[in-house]
Amino acid sequence: MGLANSILLTLIVFSPLLAVLILAFVPRHQGGVIKKIGVLGTLLPLALSLMLFASFNYESSGLQFTETAKWISIPVGLQQSGAIFSFDLGYELGVDGISMPLIVLTAIIATLAAVASWNQKKRLKEYFILFHLLLIGMFGVFASQNLFLFFIFFELTLVPTYFLIGIWGYGEREKAANKFLLYNGIGSAVMLIAFIVLFMYLNTMNMDKIAEILASSGNPASAAMSPEFRFGLFLAIFIAFAIKLPVFPFHTWMLKVHVQAPPAIVMIHSGILLKMGAYGLLRMGIGFFPEQAYQFATWMAVLGIINILYGAVLAFVQKDLKMVMAYSSISHMGIVLLGFAAMNTIGFQGAMFQVISHGFISALLFFLIGMIWERTKTSMIDELGGLAKSMPFASGIMLAGAMASLGLPGMSGFISEFFAFLGLFGQMPILAAIGTLGIVLTAVYLLRAVLKTTFGPTPGRFAGVADAQPMEVVPLVVLLGFIILIGVYPAVLANPLQQTLKTIVPIVTGIGG
Amino acid sequence: MDVKDIFSYDWSYLLPEFIILGFATALSLLDLFAGKRLGKSVIGWLTLAGVVLAAVFVFVNIGKLDEPYAYMADTIRIDDYGNAFKLLFLGGVAFTVLLSLSYMKQDEIRHGGEYYYLLLTGLLGAMVMASSADLITMFVGLELLSMSSYVLVGLRKHSLQSNESAFKYIVSGSISTAVTLFGMSYVYGLTGTTNIYEISVRLSEAAMAGYEFMVYAGFAFLAVGLAFKISAAPNHMWAPDVYQGAATPVTAFLAVVSKAAGFALVFRLLLIGFFNIQTDTRFFFDQGALYLAIIAGASMIIGNTMALRQTNVKRMMAYSGIAQAGYMLVAFAPPTILFFGEVTFFLFAYLLASFGAFAVIMVVARDQQTDDLKGFAGLYHRSPLMAVSMSIFLLSLAGIPVSAGFFGKFYIFMGAIAQQSYVLAAIMIATSVVSYYYYFGIIRQMYMRPGATEAPLSVPKTIGALVLILALATVVFGAFPGLVTDYVQTHLNHGFNFGDMLPPNFQ
Repeated sequence: MGLANSILLTLIVFSPLLAVLILAFVPRHQGGVIKKIGVLGTLLPLALSLMLFASFNYESSGLQFTETAKWISIPVGLQQSGAIFSFDLGYELGVDGISMPLIVLTAIIATLAAVASWNQKKRLKEYFILFHLLLIGMFGVFASQNLFLFFIFFELTLVPTYFLIGIWGYGEREKAANKFLLYNGIGSAVMLIAFIVLFMYLNTMNMDKIAEILASSGNPASAAMSPEFRFGLFLAIFIAFAIKLPVFPFHTWMLKVHVQAPPAIVMIHSGILLKMGAYGLLRMGIGFFPEQAYQFATWMAVLGIINILYGAVLAFVQKDLKMVMAYSSISHMGIVLLGFAAMNTIGFQGAMFQVISHGFISALLFFLIGMIWERTKTSMIDELGGLAKSMPFASGIMLAGAMASLGLPGMSGFISEFFAFLGLFGQMPILAAIGTLGIVLTAVYLLRAVLKTTFGPTPGRFAGVADAQPMEVVPLVVLLGFIILIGVYPAVLANPLQQTLKTIVPIVTGIGG
Repeated sequence: MDVKDIFSYDWSYLLPEFIILGFATALSLLDLFAGKRLGKSVIGWLTLAGVVLAAVFVFVNIGKLDEPYAYMADTIRIDDYGNAFKLLFLGGVAFTVLLSLSYMKQDEIRHGGEYYYLLLTGLLGAMVMASSADLITMFVGLELLSMSSYVLVGLRKHSLQSNESAFKYIVSGSISTAVTLFGMSYVYGLTGTTNIYEISVRLSEAAMAGYEFMVYAGFAFLAVGLAFKISAAPNHMWAPDVYQGAATPVTAFLAVVSKAAGFALVFRLLLIGFFNIQTDTRFFFDQGALYLAIIAGASMIIGNTMALRQTNVKRMMAYSGIAQAGYMLVAFAPPTILFFGEVTFFLFAYLLASFGAFAVIMVVARDQQTDDLKGFAGLYHRSPLMAVSMSIFLLSLAGIPVSAGFFGKFYIFMGAIAQQSYVLAAIMIATSVVSYYYYFGIIRQMYMRPGATEAPLSVPKTIGALVLILALATVVFGAFPGLVTDYVQTHLNHGFNFGDMLPPNFQ
């Protein structure tokens, strides 16, 4: 176990490569084999990340499973002695209580999304190769402890996603792919500027070291950065990840992606890729610049409320089920912002709960929409109706998913919203009160959408549609299972989170929160 | 100087140049007397052999060169700065020859022999440009390269487009040459010398003595004239027309070798000749850097925005090349201690990606009988290898990881931030995002649009192998850029001396 644990993260990050290599040698026409390899390939990282989950040390708040190796060394000058002075970019991996659950989430959603791709017919080989390349990027993002490495993995998710949307999406797929590329390209550009500025000032790209140097006022490199300068950097990082999350007004690309991308990719996109924004915000925005984040907290709360209300109101008037869910995602990401704005353990915990919980819920709902589209060739609410008769099982799960999404106690959505608002009420009671309006609105738009789809008169042409097939039952049950598990036994998630969040919060509360 | 002096030099350092010169001469004679009897590719393979042999001796020079070796008062100066660029040129010409070997078979260029030895004379010119520290030899090298290129562009005698490009190239090239010479005449008039190390000292004196304006005028004319060779604004307009009309291997030669040679000359001339000028009140470095920054910014903006509207792939590559020249100038505006490492790595990555991209463009354009962007439609279904490789080259040019181009840009960008030239850095990154749009335009065609045909694309074996190697290299050097930067740092740039280009007492 010793050796396996010492390179476990590398194994997880690069294990999808195995499937890529095998797939590269399978002839294109053997669709069945390709599908099987595509799905089985995701089981390897899943098994490895469950190992990670099992051997994670809950007592420790710091990094675990760390790996460091020399990678790139950029010579930048001469020392007095004539020796070369260089900046090192290390290959540095590690997980703490925040990133470990996200890696497990990624592995679970990835497997289920691969299963959900079972109905994919077009160009299977390329589809699964890109799918696994995307996995490498996502695992890498959560496992990196070095900004340069983080950026490379972050960009690595961009290119496969572009292809997956642009080739396998619906009608306006190319437009959606372009919009995705340009918005995220801008986000990455802003992020790169911030990272390199940090690198030039602090001469390191190691995340822990950066946080440490920035926190110690005695360090000359840290002292050289004025509060205003830090605020600028914080803002740059905030904008970079706000585009990803997405925060209003940077959200338009995400709507297009959610409507146009194939269902399995939307599961991944809304389940994991958006969460990279939240993760980055917490790890780099708040983690590096707690004081600036604290100053900005009111704005974060306001933006969060705008997200919640804007998303909810627009979700209510949408005619397309996919658009309802896309706006719902915006609304739910607002709750993440509120949790961050609270700047205390409970708030952060609520935000991270929301990240994970929404990952499961949105994956579930988008999978269901994909199923419905597969059978009816439409996702317009007006055209649908009465599916409960022909698809009782799927409709039941959909209702359950909607309940989780609107925060029914006993399901994961409740816990996360409860914590996020609890955290915020302590700090900004008025804003929190306005935010709770969103919960009411969520119930309204979700019930409207779900009830109109599943109940009511059944249009004749939908009478004979089949209920969930065995291959579809698996993701549905597993996803709902996790939603309920987190709802009734939140400790499964709270335990790892708490230890790490405790280390961020003292910095924050030390300022006067 | 008498004969004895000439023999007292150790001429072995010039072996690479002699080899190229010898091969060019021998091949022209061979072509003259036996051209008809020889297979066309024989001369091509011989050319390749000459280039490889010369590269070997450049490596030998790097190994035995402790300090720069100067011939006849620096008219030719063998130093690691020049050697680094020579390796890039030789690599570029080797790739050009490999591309041409299959191009020739199609009879698109009738006179194979001429073509190859013109490549060699052009290469010789580039090598002279990289290793001269004297205005006269610089100019001789520049003209040798230019003359060879003019003919190369017009070599498709029966193609109207090729003739048009050659004509445009020669006219605009001559004008730039005239402007360059005019700038040189100012410099010579003020200093009475053509040696750039002496120029550096005397221009300071001239500036102190009240001729500051003349110094600026000389600099301005030189900058504008030389911008032609590197296809940077404001002298970039020729590039799209010429790139479009020339045969694709020649376009690749112009885009990489000719441009890199221009950079070799510009950097040395400006850094030594001008950037050290000082008066009581002013340090020319600041102004010079500002002007270059303007050129860099304008090139990046013009190149990247104009490329958006192109439907002809070669024109698009021309505008992309203008933008890439802009990125490279960022490393030099102002020059930092890192500039040599940045530029060599960036050029190396650019060489890999450009030749790869032009190789694919050549195959596709020949198959489709058009340079139009639409020719790429459905390429993925016709030849996955070509499409995937092309995507890698385009990602590298766009600067997306994991590719050599990404690290090249990262390196330059890092230098710019370290210098706190935030405006230039911001332009660089913003225009890079803009560039995604047109680079991905080709990718869109290849993967997402149905082509006119689904028939497999026939790819000549040499081209297929070349493309595969270049694509692998782009990824490998992107993941491990240290392989190149470490070599440069230990062999060519030890102690940040810019390949021993600087005079001993340079500040």
